[in-house]
Amino acid sequence: MATIQDDPIVLPDDPEFGPEVQVDYPGYRSTRWRAPSRPLVTLPEEFHDLEGPVFGPELIGELDHDLTRQHAGEPLGERIVVTGRVLDEAGRAVRGALVEIWQANAAGRYRHEVDQHPAPLDPNFSGAGRCLTDDEGRWRFVTIKPGSYPWGNHENAWRPSHIHFSVFGRQFTRRLVTQMYFPGDPLLEFDPIAHSVRDPKARRLLIASFDLETTQPDWALGYRWDIVLGRAGARTTPLEES
Amino acid sequence: MNRTPSQTVGPFFSIGLSREPPTELADPSDPAAVRLHGQLLDGQGLPIGDGMIELWDPAGRRWGRSGTDAEGRFSFVVTKPGALPGQAPRFDVFVFARGLLRHQLTRVHFPEEGPANAADEVLANLDERSRATLVAAQEHGALRFDIRMQGDRQTVFFEH
Repeated sequence: MATIQDDPIVLPDDPEFGPEVQVDYPGYRSTRWRAPSRPLVTLPEEFHDLEGPVFGPELIGELDHDLTRQHAGEPLGERIVVTGRVLDEAGRAVRGALVEIWQANAAGRYRHEVDQHPAPLDPNFSGAGRCLTDDEGRWRFVTIKPGSYPWGNHENAWRPSHIHFSVFGRQFTRRLVTQMYFPGDPLLEFDPIAHSVRDPKARRLLIASFDLETTQPDWALGYRWDIVLGRAGARTTPLEES
Repeated sequence: MNRTPSQTVGPFFSIGLSREPPTELADPSDPAAVRLHGQLLDGQGLPIGDGMIELWDPAGRRWGRSGTDAEGRFSFVVTKPGALPGQAPRFDVFVFARGLLRHQLTRVHFPEEGPANAADEVLANLDERSRATLVAAQEHGALRFDIRMQGDRQTVFFEH
């Protein structure tokens, strides 16, 4: 376990959390003054069935799904295809779901004024994409593999490579913002954000799989990652075997 | 199937989520349109300058999104939503920020809706101090709704 003196960055695994993050995870310093300190209030059950916003194809530009073709030249880095499905807890496709992504470039730098990491910006990479899922709930992006980068959370802190995802479900309360990680990343073991999911089985759901079928010969490596939108609540239910 | 866990939106979400933030849920020239604005504040009372607010009108099905500025301020143009049966008019509000590993859910109600607010089941089940955190204030012809993440005056957040 990574520690600074007695102050743990990564807490021991705890399957009791299931798919919930520990919102006040002390290893992730920014939670200290931001995570709500009072208990959440329970809403009437029917609230959880209310529909959420629906987005139409007019929102999506022709190249919004291909982050390697949004500029005059090609971005540097390892070209990848990332694809998967948006599903509900019963395994049914969520059609027409808006999926938005953002990420660092291959050098681990975001095109954002706050990011001061001394790694180069890439004039050919903005790092943003969006699409709607098809009738099978499928989404697909072409991009480059994001680099790791240091952050100020603790001494020698580095984020594992990740792509940020924002997804809208059919119901308002199925909204999900999360991060997709890459298999075999040695930094995952030390990352307090990933470890805020204290159930190791649930944490694995954040990691894509390398997929030879998605991989395009002589062009790009392929990764698959399914996103399951569900409602929070049963905090102490252990994950189903899968 | 097991649900995918949440992770923080982080500090750089504006790259992907705030390119053309739709902050107008109503036509600004509509005589009934009003500015709904406020500050997002942390447990030390400091502004959260890298947060994002999403607003949803469950009766009229209108949606909007606003980032927060360096002073933690967000702003929308709205008209008051209709009411769902047996409930007071409201917007549902999601709060996203670096340091929030999952987004938080709250509601904004309207100060001139006294009787409807008093009859609203969710508001009625809160103590007075908590209830007050969910009702916007009239201020210079606009509606002011501050969101406090922690402390004695913490905004009520709902399980979702």
